[in-house]
Amino acid sequence: MAEVTVPRAPALPPPTERYTVIGWMHKNLFSTWYNTLLTIFSLLLIYALLKSFLNWLLTVADWEVIQVNLRLLMVGQYPRTQIQRVWLCLHLLAAIIGLSWGIWVRRRSVVGLVLLLVPVLISFAPALSGTSVSGSARLQLLLMDSIALIAYAVGRLGGRRLRRVAVSLWVLYFPLVLLIIRGLTITENMLPLVPSTLWGGLLLTFLLTIVGISFSFPLGILLALGRRSSLPVIRWASITYIEVIRGVPLVTILFMASTMVPLFFPPGTRPDPVLRAMVGITLFTAAYMAENVRGGLQAIPHGQFDAAHALGLSGFQTMTFIILPQALRLVIPVLMGLFIALFKDTSLVATIGLLDLLGIARSILAQPQFVGYQKEVYLFITLIYWVFCYFLSYVSQRLEISLGVGER
Amino acid sequence: MEQNQPLIAHKQTAFWRDERFLRILGQILFLLLLALIIGYLANNMLDNLSQLGIKLGFGFLETTAGFDIGEHLIPYNRSSTFLQAFAVGLLNTLLVAGLGIILATILGIIFGVARLSSNYLVQLLARVYVEFLRNVPLLVLLIFLYTGLFIQLPRVRNAITLLGPTYISNRGVAIPWGLPTETFFTYIWILVFGILLAFAVWYALIRYGQRTGRIPLAGLWGVLTFLLVAALGWIVLPSPPLSSSPPVVQGLRITGGKQFSPEFMALLLGLAIYTSAFIADVVRAGIQSVSKGQVEAARSLGLSSFQVLRLVVLPQSLRVIVPPLTSQYLNLTKNSSLAVAIGFPELFHVSGTVLNQSGRAVEVIALVMAIYLAISLLTSAFMNWYNRRVRLVER
Repeated sequence: MAEVTVPRAPALPPPTERYTVIGWMHKNLFSTWYNTLLTIFSLLLIYALLKSFLNWLLTVADWEVIQVNLRLLMVGQYPRTQIQRVWLCLHLLAAIIGLSWGIWVRRRSVVGLVLLLVPVLISFAPALSGTSVSGSARLQLLLMDSIALIAYAVGRLGGRRLRRVAVSLWVLYFPLVLLIIRGLTITENMLPLVPSTLWGGLLLTFLLTIVGISFSFPLGILLALGRRSSLPVIRWASITYIEVIRGVPLVTILFMASTMVPLFFPPGTRPDPVLRAMVGITLFTAAYMAENVRGGLQAIPHGQFDAAHALGLSGFQTMTFIILPQALRLVIPVLMGLFIALFKDTSLVATIGLLDLLGIARSILAQPQFVGYQKEVYLFITLIYWVFCYFLSYVSQRLEISLGVGER
Repeated sequence: MEQNQPLIAHKQTAFWRDERFLRILGQILFLLLLALIIGYLANNMLDNLSQLGIKLGFGFLETTAGFDIGEHLIPYNRSSTFLQAFAVGLLNTLLVAGLGIILATILGIIFGVARLSSNYLVQLLARVYVEFLRNVPLLVLLIFLYTGLFIQLPRVRNAITLLGPTYISNRGVAIPWGLPTETFFTYIWILVFGILLAFAVWYALIRYGQRTGRIPLAGLWGVLTFLLVAALGWIVLPSPPLSSSPPVVQGLRITGGKQFSPEFMALLLGLAIYTSAFIADVVRAGIQSVSKGQVEAARSLGLSSFQVLRLVVLPQSLRVIVPPLTSQYLNLTKNSSLAVAIGFPELFHVSGTVLNQSGRAVEVIALVMAIYLAISLLTSAFMNWYNRRVRLVER
């Protein structure tokens, strides 16, 4: 179309709401008499809390206990000589996250920047100097960042073509981590076996979460399908399993796994405690997974079944090619929620004597020289849990938006 | 899809290709497989147990427990039976879960409403509270509260004294309490009468509301009736049914009043604030689910803002709130089993001790799981009933 000359001056934009500081305060803090009261009360509360917290943080708190035990808190008793395997897993993770970021997010964002900055900051932090973590940790952290950046560049350049690669990398990543951490056999030179009794700290927490999610996923899908099956025996078996597991606390399941599982195996064999906990967590999570997947299945309109049927697909084909891909896509954000819950719930293995992040914190505090340091240690591990959960829930919100789950 | 072709022309479909037969066969195979797995595991278990010289059976519940439990609501001592120990544990679970649910609901409503406040600071505080608690494991919170807070409180000698008098020390919290006197049982009957009367008033007002279309505050009047009867009963009785028993510091310990151990306080507080963060989100989502148009329409019909809240917003948001609230209540009850880490003798902790004392792993675990399952099913049955009621009122 040809250019149209506009005779009038362009319309002014609508007046933006402009507040002075006083205006903003009047609207948000002192609009009515009770709001004023609430503001004063909140200010007093914030003052009291901050004052006592900062007072403790700046004068009382002594972080030496963390510096000395940082290595234990992170990887437990994992052998010093094999520590580069843990770093390898982290580098792989950084690569995959960078790649996914390049493919899906694509633009610069504050969170991405923070994610990149944190390792740099930690590696230059003076607090690290007294720790049991060697100087090479600083280099590894920087290496991790550069790997992430390179992967990000690759993801940006590759764009949508790499989406399948990234998804399959995510799927492959979890079994691969298990393999790298566990190793193959004792006599191997490349990846000697590290028995699970030596796994600990944050590493064990992550491994339990990863194993729980990856194994309960197929089990949960089977249970969800079973619950919707038209065969009464299978339906009732699934319902019983799901409802019984959901009706009891995780601690009882873990307890059962640690005291009763040895009874179920032939006399003489004793499965190791970490494996038992993994079995318990997987069986527990599968029931919740099943309910989430069922929610996704129920959201698929019945027309999809009819259409698949009309095209001559068998029941099995309908499920695998038509229904499940759509249903699973719908439940991804919910699964992230389950992942977060599981990450928090793995702390319960401390009650059956495993040395995960919480368990190792308790065992450090049980040593006579660290008896008075409960606040520092628990605050530190709380911070670790909080940062990861908060980050994961942020990712899940982003996923929900980018998948457009709510808008269909 | 050969079955769909006209069957009359062909011979009968061979039975191994008949879908009806295959379905039944599949189920039988599934059952067989299940029975095989369970049979194998059970067989191993019996083998293992016979090696240990244990016979399955619940007879051991009648034998003497031989261990002490610090806090018990019913009479209990070393010579009581395992069954009584279980009962003590169950009652403690119910106590902490009941109190926890009440506290968590109150806190959750406060913070849920605060997140929608027009006051920026209040909103900020509520958001920090919720976001912090939602992203921290409950077990870490419980252990932190117990070892970092409650047992590091000042000794009894320097106990923090609040009005009441209430003493807060590393031995727990002591509050004033009432001891029943001889007129206590009469007073119980008066209270029962009060409850019945309150229900009668409530029902009458509801009927009155249905007849006239003016909706009275039936619940409020019911509660007021009960309180009136309770107060009158207190005055009318010749001697008060409860004699006050304030806690008193005696040397190194506190006597009198009602004392709550630090374990109990840590568990109760931890469960309550952790769950309240989730309830706050549920409440916020429920209130936000009522569209603005509803409120505006109600206001334009001339309802006061209290009436808008009571007759328009609450009934509709309750419908959204109740189902997730139920699962939060159930979570709280199940999470009370985490007390095992801080040593409050609730059901799970007691059963652990029973297991150690008796060596009956299978029976104890089966019993504990059955009890938790029963609590869960009963609670969800009750909440489903309530949910249906809320729905009926609304539609």
